[in-house]
Amino acid sequence: MDLFSAGRMASLFSQYAGHFLSGARMALILSLITVILSTILGTIFALGKMSHIKPLKWLISIYIEIFRSTPLMVQVMVIYFGAAAFGIKINVPFMKDFNSFFWGLLVLVLNSSAYVAEIVRSGIGAVDSGQIEAARSLGMSHGLTLKMVILPQALRNILPALMNEFVSIIKETSIVSLVGISELMFCAKDVVSISYRTLEPYVIAAIIYFIMVFPLSKLVAYIERRLNASVTR
Amino acid sequence: MSHVKTDEALLQVRGLKKHFGHLEVLRGIDIDIHKGEVVAVIGPSGSGKSTFIRCLNRLEEPTAGEVIFEGQQINTKKADIDKIRQKIGMVFQNFNLFSNMTIMQNITAAPINVKKIPKDQAEERALNLLDRVGLKDKAAEYPVRLSGGQRQRVAIARALAMDPDILLFDEPTSALDPEMVGEVLNVMKELAEDGMTMVVVTHEMGFAREVSDRVIFIDQGVIQEENEPKEFFAHPKNPRLKDFLNKVL
Repeated sequence: MDLFSAGRMASLFSQYAGHFLSGARMALILSLITVILSTILGTIFALGKMSHIKPLKWLISIYIEIFRSTPLMVQVMVIYFGAAAFGIKINVPFMKDFNSFFWGLLVLVLNSSAYVAEIVRSGIGAVDSGQIEAARSLGMSHGLTLKMVILPQALRNILPALMNEFVSIIKETSIVSLVGISELMFCAKDVVSISYRTLEPYVIAAIIYFIMVFPLSKLVAYIERRLNASVTR
Repeated sequence: MSHVKTDEALLQVRGLKKHFGHLEVLRGIDIDIHKGEVVAVIGPSGSGKSTFIRCLNRLEEPTAGEVIFEGQQINTKKADIDKIRQKIGMVFQNFNLFSNMTIMQNITAAPINVKKIPKDQAEERALNLLDRVGLKDKAAEYPVRLSGGQRQRVAIARALAMDPDILLFDEPTSALDPEMVGEVLNVMKELAEDGMTMVVVTHEMGFAREVSDRVIFIDQGVIQEENEPKEFFAHPKNPRLKDFLNKVL
């Protein structure tokens, strides 16, 4: 029995193209929402961790370390089935499977926010203290220094890492197929069970992931080079 | 060299102490700096001279003592330090030009956003200052494109753009390649001749001797000796100063 046939793969794809592409679209939607929410939450957590309020710092540190030190797959399982065990269901009228979508997205956001918080914190921390002293010695207030010097320079440090986080989120969305969100990996599994072919649908999924991620990661590398070119001291 | 000097004390330092934890870096400094005066501060590394100059605009918070600028004590909670710093310019060893701004933006950022000077006026003045330090053609560049000596001259122009009453220099030539030291010292010399009040922490003994009105030697957190430059270098009295001058001259 033949294990793999490029011809069959092509015909599988043309037959189920809509299914694969709707899976890819779901993966991109999840990634986009995740990166937006985790940028906001991550920044808030980073500022909270840099504040002088000790209990807040501890709480945020505990959260960050837990989410960075356990696998995303485990987090998805614990939170999804944890919510189910406590009977917490989030349903929205006219949206099928919203409960899965909600918990899957929540875990992606919580996981990513923990990483983004560290990215933002180190980005702000990496701003040379001499830059801040120069601003203050000219009579700029703390707020004005933040706005004109610290944040623009921190953003330059943060942006490439943030975009890399976005790239890796696209790949990590595959894990939420476990709780029944019909993203690309889930759709590939569908096609496997419909067609009784194991390898080809997963190779198709791999190719689609690659097409989404590779150009984006090259773009990030390009932007990173451009940013560095203007500031290397 | 003697500059336009008056008896009015612009800056008074009384019993200035600075501790970092258990380390006593400054152990009681007293000095008056007069309008138009150029004071060179020398001393071995770790003597506290950088900490001293950084206390003068409260980049370091003094542990004890008073720093009084234009009759107003600056190291109190009541003092509006942002306002006071507008009148105290500072030039750093590592230039510290804002890397996210062009040379023009570096010079005009504080005048526009702090002093609320209209942009076109601020830019016109910035071009004049750049002309004065010989860098008018660099206005649109980013700091990364400039040499160390050019960056330091821009840093001086940036400080001057706020119209300060005094300029503090914290080892302004120590991070420069030797061939660039001269261009920065020349700008400083011109400023001195124009009557700018200056406090200069430096290792350039030639500058201290030729340009300053007074040299102070700081070691172990106190002023060990101060004098006008001729006498200071010709007849040092303090044994630590003698030892130091033997090493650097």
